[in-house]
Amino acid sequence: MSTLEIRDLHVSVETKEGPKPILRGVDLTIESGQTHAIMGPNGSGKSTLASALAGHPKYQVTSGTVTLDGEDVLEMSVDERARAGLFLAMQYPVEVPGVSVANFLRTAKTAIDGEAPKLRTWGREVKEAMGNLRIDSAFSERSVNEGFSGGEKKRHEILQMELFKPQIAILDETDSGLDVDALRVVSEGVNRAKENTDVGVLLITHYTRILRYIKPDFVHVFVDGRIAEEGGPELADRLEEEGYDKYVGTSAPAAV
Amino acid sequence: MTTTTDLTTDHSRAVADGSHTHSPGAASAAPQGSRAERLTSFSLDDIPVPTGREEEWRFSPVARIQPLFDGGLTTAGADGSGVRVSVDAAPEVKVETVGRDDARLGKAGKPGDRTGVAAWNSFEQATIVTVPAEAVASDVTSVRFDGEQAGATPSAAHVLVKAEHHAEAVVVIDHAGLATLNQTVEIDVADGAQLTVVSVQDWADGAVHASSHRARIGRDAKLKHVVVTFGGDVVRITPDAEFTAEGGEVEMVGLYFADSDQHQEHRLFVDHAVPRCKSRVTYKGALQGSGAHTVWVGDVLIQADAEGTDTYELNRNLVLTDGARADSVPNLEIETGEIDGAGHASATGRFDDEQLFYLMARGIPETDARRLVVRGFFAELIQEIGVESVEERLIASIEAELEKSMSVITGAAAPADGAEEAE
Repeated sequence: MSTLEIRDLHVSVETKEGPKPILRGVDLTIESGQTHAIMGPNGSGKSTLASALAGHPKYQVTSGTVTLDGEDVLEMSVDERARAGLFLAMQYPVEVPGVSVANFLRTAKTAIDGEAPKLRTWGREVKEAMGNLRIDSAFSERSVNEGFSGGEKKRHEILQMELFKPQIAILDETDSGLDVDALRVVSEGVNRAKENTDVGVLLITHYTRILRYIKPDFVHVFVDGRIAEEGGPELADRLEEEGYDKYVGTSAPAAV
Repeated sequence: MTTTTDLTTDHSRAVADGSHTHSPGAASAAPQGSRAERLTSFSLDDIPVPTGREEEWRFSPVARIQPLFDGGLTTAGADGSGVRVSVDAAPEVKVETVGRDDARLGKAGKPGDRTGVAAWNSFEQATIVTVPAEAVASDVTSVRFDGEQAGATPSAAHVLVKAEHHAEAVVVIDHAGLATLNQTVEIDVADGAQLTVVSVQDWADGAVHASSHRARIGRDAKLKHVVVTFGGDVVRITPDAEFTAEGGEVEMVGLYFADSDQHQEHRLFVDHAVPRCKSRVTYKGALQGSGAHTVWVGDVLIQADAEGTDTYELNRNLVLTDGARADSVPNLEIETGEIDGAGHASATGRFDDEQLFYLMARGIPETDARRLVVRGFFAELIQEIGVESVEERLIASIEAELEKSMSVITGAAAPADGAEEAE
């Protein structure tokens, strides 16, 4: 049982003109087994929240707190956060030439668990997880994300979520760029992880379509760097109908 | 704290044709554009001591190389030279020590710069490694140069590796310890032979080494030429490859890793003088620490007769810390349109912080993440070497390099946990 608590979080991004505030007081609590969807128009700061929680150096926390089971996340380095149980499925996974997927997965798993995974069971586990996500076994020998299609990159992110078994997973627009089939495969992966590990999920998305596959317990509408409205799954349905117009004033359809 | 990183990718000397004209007499004073017209000679009088402004010396710390411009150096391996030369040959391979008047010497190309001509005029004895015709060496042949004293007398060495027709062998030339060495490595690959020559510069700090590698490649012969440079204060290797008959192939692979105040220079020249030959040049380097300087110059000349030439050269540099400098200059001169392919690529990049973030966001500590990225950068190239013992040593050397300065790197990198920057 884990709890990620975000309190009055303010975050700025470094720009040439100096620090620019993006998040303006975010309050959010995520517990194991819960799925929270954060929805909002482009530029509302959704992805900034994801990156700041993971500790991307581009983002500076100017005030507020983030704790995981009472531990101060903001005091932790990027790798410490991951080892503490936070996972970020990135919107734009990074290519790492010359580092094979197999080597990468084993190295990360070893770092997270604090010991090398058992050779025999690990191989089987990876193979099975790849099979479930329809990732060809030849990917093991390919360089991380290098030459992967958009869909392959996203499946590789979810593969890691399934294998690393985090306490809290943040999925940053994992649905973007996916066709219907890929969206279903990826969503099944997330649901498997929820079932198997009771992971708490923070699902960041612009559109409602992924919520047809991954059922949220809570929906938060994110506008201008803070949560503007909260509700249950029915809020997503309303956003599908009405879009974000009511929050931003200008025309910005949520779902098409 | 901000330190400017000087990244240089100089394409200014890339030329697409042989339109330059230089009067042959003015060879040494003015910068020379075309490799076709670069003066080569066995005579010290023809190639004077450089000032540092010459095209082939413009990136080099000429003052530090000065001792090697002398045309009367002691022979490496002789008493008082401070260098031990040892050979461990495969049973099929013949090794001789011969005088400088041996008729087999000086057949592969001619010296093209001052260190080259000084080395040629200095040595009294040379080492000849011969792989007899049609022999297939069952093991690696190793030639070692071990520098044994501090403040060593500058010395000169001459090695000829000769693969007779249809012979096959791997020869590894090692350099370690402390020495000031000027060297020539002649490589003669006769018709149908397949030879791999690996030169490893794993010198101790303080070593200064210049080496002119001159290879000639016969009909349907193949040379794999590998250069690995890690140690030494100044290392300057100038491999030349010349095709003498059709169907020849050369693969030139280089890997270097420069630390603070190290100068590592690799200048290659592939001369496509005859038709239907193939060349591939791939050099990769990493740099770390202030004053680390690498230079890669790749000249390829496709002469008017060299129809059906296929050539590609590539240089990549990975700058790991501030204060290091990589110069990279590919030159391609094409004198005929009837070629199969000719290209080059050069890129120098900083360590990618997004790669680091991605790996660390998977729980991998920063030092391990950096190690993974650098290993990955070299991985493909190491596999291309194809000599297992060398590959293993190389991986270990890269690890050692990273170990050496990892504390510097982690100290230089901004921590991601919100710690204050020291001002």
